[in-house]
Amino acid sequence: MTALQSRAEVATLSRVRRRRPSHQGWAYAAPTAVFVVIFFVIPIGIVARMAVSDWGLFAGYRGINAPENFSDVLDDRLFWPAVGFTVKYTLVTTVILLALALGLALLVQESTRWTGFLRTSFLVPSALGLASASLLFYALYSPQSSPFGAVSFLGTPGSALWSTVALIVWRYAGFYMLLLLVGLQGIPGDVYEAARLDGAGRFQTFWHVTVPLIRSSLALCTILCVTGSLLAFDQFFILTKGGPDNSTITIVQLIYNMAFQGQNNLGRAAALSILVLLALLVLNIAQFRGLRGKEES
Amino acid sequence: MLRTPRHVLTGGLALLFLFPLVWASVASVSPQAGTRQIHGWGFGNYTTLAHYQAGIGQYLLNSAVVSVMTVLFTLVVSLLGGYAFATFAFPGKNILFLVTLAILMVPYATLLIPLYVLLNQLGLQNSLIGLSLVLTMFQLPFATFLMRISFEAVPKDLAESAQVDGCGSFRTLRHILVPAVKPGLITVGLFAFLAAWNDFITPLVLISDSAKLPLPLAVANMRQQVMGIVDYGATEAGVVVLALPCIVLFLALQRHYVRGFMSGALKG
Repeated sequence: MTALQSRAEVATLSRVRRRRPSHQGWAYAAPTAVFVVIFFVIPIGIVARMAVSDWGLFAGYRGINAPENFSDVLDDRLFWPAVGFTVKYTLVTTVILLALALGLALLVQESTRWTGFLRTSFLVPSALGLASASLLFYALYSPQSSPFGAVSFLGTPGSALWSTVALIVWRYAGFYMLLLLVGLQGIPGDVYEAARLDGAGRFQTFWHVTVPLIRSSLALCTILCVTGSLLAFDQFFILTKGGPDNSTITIVQLIYNMAFQGQNNLGRAAALSILVLLALLVLNIAQFRGLRGKEES
Repeated sequence: MLRTPRHVLTGGLALLFLFPLVWASVASVSPQAGTRQIHGWGFGNYTTLAHYQAGIGQYLLNSAVVSVMTVLFTLVVSLLGGYAFATFAFPGKNILFLVTLAILMVPYATLLIPLYVLLNQLGLQNSLIGLSLVLTMFQLPFATFLMRISFEAVPKDLAESAQVDGCGSFRTLRHILVPAVKPGLITVGLFAFLAAWNDFITPLVLISDSAKLPLPLAVANMRQQVMGIVDYGATEAGVVVLALPCIVLFLALQRHYVRGFMSGALKG
């Protein structure tokens, strides 16, 4: 009797369990779904529609403007300079930042009290917001308040680029150091031992042992850094406002200007942001494939 | 033998990283022409900041409200979502998870233009709640991912024994699982706070009422005051006020910050 009862209980229990998941799973996932649909899926739909519409900031929808939005973007006199500058900035930033971050990670990979202090010092800037860091450097670079005197940090296109890169390196080096440290700490000690026994020098060990073994961390850093730099906005908006002579306008700044400053043309801004989205998708898929392909070979 | 030169080199490097922060704090209280603090040391620049337009109190409050709401929304949504993705099977699970992660692939600017229009239609334009909801959405990929792996790392027996003892899934979650995933929650909360406190472009696009600006925008706007003459002293003071909570939180929760990143990064 009791056995029967308990078997019946088990049966109900397992039936309940089997039925429960799908139901309850959805109940718990519902808030996520609501957020994702309202604030992500629907906006993607709207931006796609805007990109083919004549859509003013205040006027709203004013009919179809299908290929014109895109051709207007390509004909914008600031478009190609912005693309060129953004790509140049991305290359410079990524190379310098990752090289420095790797150097820092190698410096602090043993854990002692001293390296603990070093790690914290390198990481503290990454707690600041990018906007706060940019405001800090804005004051640091201004001839009136700068501790470096009357050096012109933002006066020419070249110096404005390098000064901004310095800000970004300061703000992000610790962050990428941390990501690379994860990779370095995943390398077992006996690998180095084996390299040493084989008579490998320091540089050889680094190049032939360390670098290949942290490839996935390096890949992650590269993807994050390239994507982040291509979408640069805050630092240029605050530090240079795109100047001198529109030489430091990035793509995202151009989108912002088209939408909210002067032109007030949401349709055109949407068209440009769709182009950016597509370019990023292609680039990320290519980076993913390339980096994964290398790993397999 | 090599120890000492190496200490000097690395110590110098550390100073280089700390220098801008130290400089800004010192400069904000030091005498400087063109600011309120012309003679001697003192907090004149902070007084300028306190009296700028709606007053720094208002901007601090705006930032605090937005940050707290964003942290709360992010914690609740990602806790429930992470639980769902880790423990239940339901139709559409993988698609929903992938779409959530896909938020990372889309540039902020691409989403902010339609969100500006959408929030207008929802009656949430120019509101701190609307801003928090959008900032929460930007946090969801990282938060949901981290909470999912946190729940997956909890031993299955723990939840099952609770259910055999008659706990429903919600009670199991509340009493058994929440304590087990606490480190994940702290990391998610910290990241949501830092992101919300510091975000610049989202309020720049979504908030136009100057009394509702969060602090970073208010400090940035302050520079264009008084006939284009920039008050660098007040800017430095603003940077200190902006940075201080972040640095204190970071130092207090450094281990979580580092660990959160490591677990997220390893599997990402």
